[in-house]
Amino acid sequence: MSKNAKPVVFLMADDDPDDRLLIKEAFQESLITNTIFFVEDGVELMDYLHRKEKYKNPGDSPMPDLILLDLNMPRKDGREALAEIKSDPHLRYIPVVVLTTSKAEEDIMRSYDIGAAGYITKPVTFDGLVEAIKGLKRYWVQIVRLPAIDVAKE
Amino acid sequence: MQQYNRKNSILIADDDLDDCYLVEEALCESGLNFNLSFVHDGIELLQYLRQLGSHAGSQPVHRPDLILLDLNMPRKDGREALAEVKADPNLRSIPVVVLSISSADEDILRTYDMGGAGFIVKPTNVSDMVEILRVLNEYWFEVVELSGVEHMNRNLNN
Repeated sequence: MSKNAKPVVFLMADDDPDDRLLIKEAFQESLITNTIFFVEDGVELMDYLHRKEKYKNPGDSPMPDLILLDLNMPRKDGREALAEIKSDPHLRYIPVVVLTTSKAEEDIMRSYDIGAAGYITKPVTFDGLVEAIKGLKRYWVQIVRLPAIDVAKE
Repeated sequence: MQQYNRKNSILIADDDLDDCYLVEEALCESGLNFNLSFVHDGIELLQYLRQLGSHAGSQPVHRPDLILLDLNMPRKDGREALAEVKADPNLRSIPVVVLSISSADEDILRTYDMGGAGFIVKPTNVSDMVEILRVLNEYWFEVVELSGVEHMNRNLNN
């Protein structure tokens, strides 16, 4: 089914432990098996992407094919992290989809403006979340070709 | 899933008329309901978006919700057009998805590097195109929120 040679690796940045758990369960519910890793704020996200601190080992923290990004997080929020990723020549090829409770037009506009490849407002029900994750996967895993990481690293 | 008051719109930039026809046929077969417009090279795409040249003063003023962009086109190709759209503060919030016969790693990487929001290898038959339109429709018009004043209704209706 997948258009991509390798399983797609997702990385989610979200400070809310309940939301992380829900996303994890929604990924399991949505049948397509992919790997999802979690970080808890923008600082951790950038450490992960730059392989710093506890993310040194590529085996435990592989480069993601797609980032799911919450906007409101402590230390470094999603807006700052998105801007940093999209201005970094070594990272900007990674698609970033915002997944947040914010429905503010300003957040939507600004996210696309700085390079988001989608903006999802967190559905209020678990079923709604599963549907959103299924739609996300059908697009990014089944229809779209993602960059081959080996090529990107050169 | 969300309910909308207005029809969503996709603008396709593709110089190959057979490929344009394939998309039209697939849309018809899919039963999906969105507006489809076509331009045939990168120059026309920019003129359409900026309402210049043959698209000057075109009514109604219409900003597409999504652009599907072929890479190999005459006059101005998809790579150049993508770079221009993403460098224009008035246009760069429109998602651009590449739909190309190319499956070269370099084209895929470069598309994302320049701000493309997806890279789809062009199918050759209608049924595959129907499936692609369904998934595009689901992701861009049901799962995600799009930007722009035109979409304000959506958020109020949720």
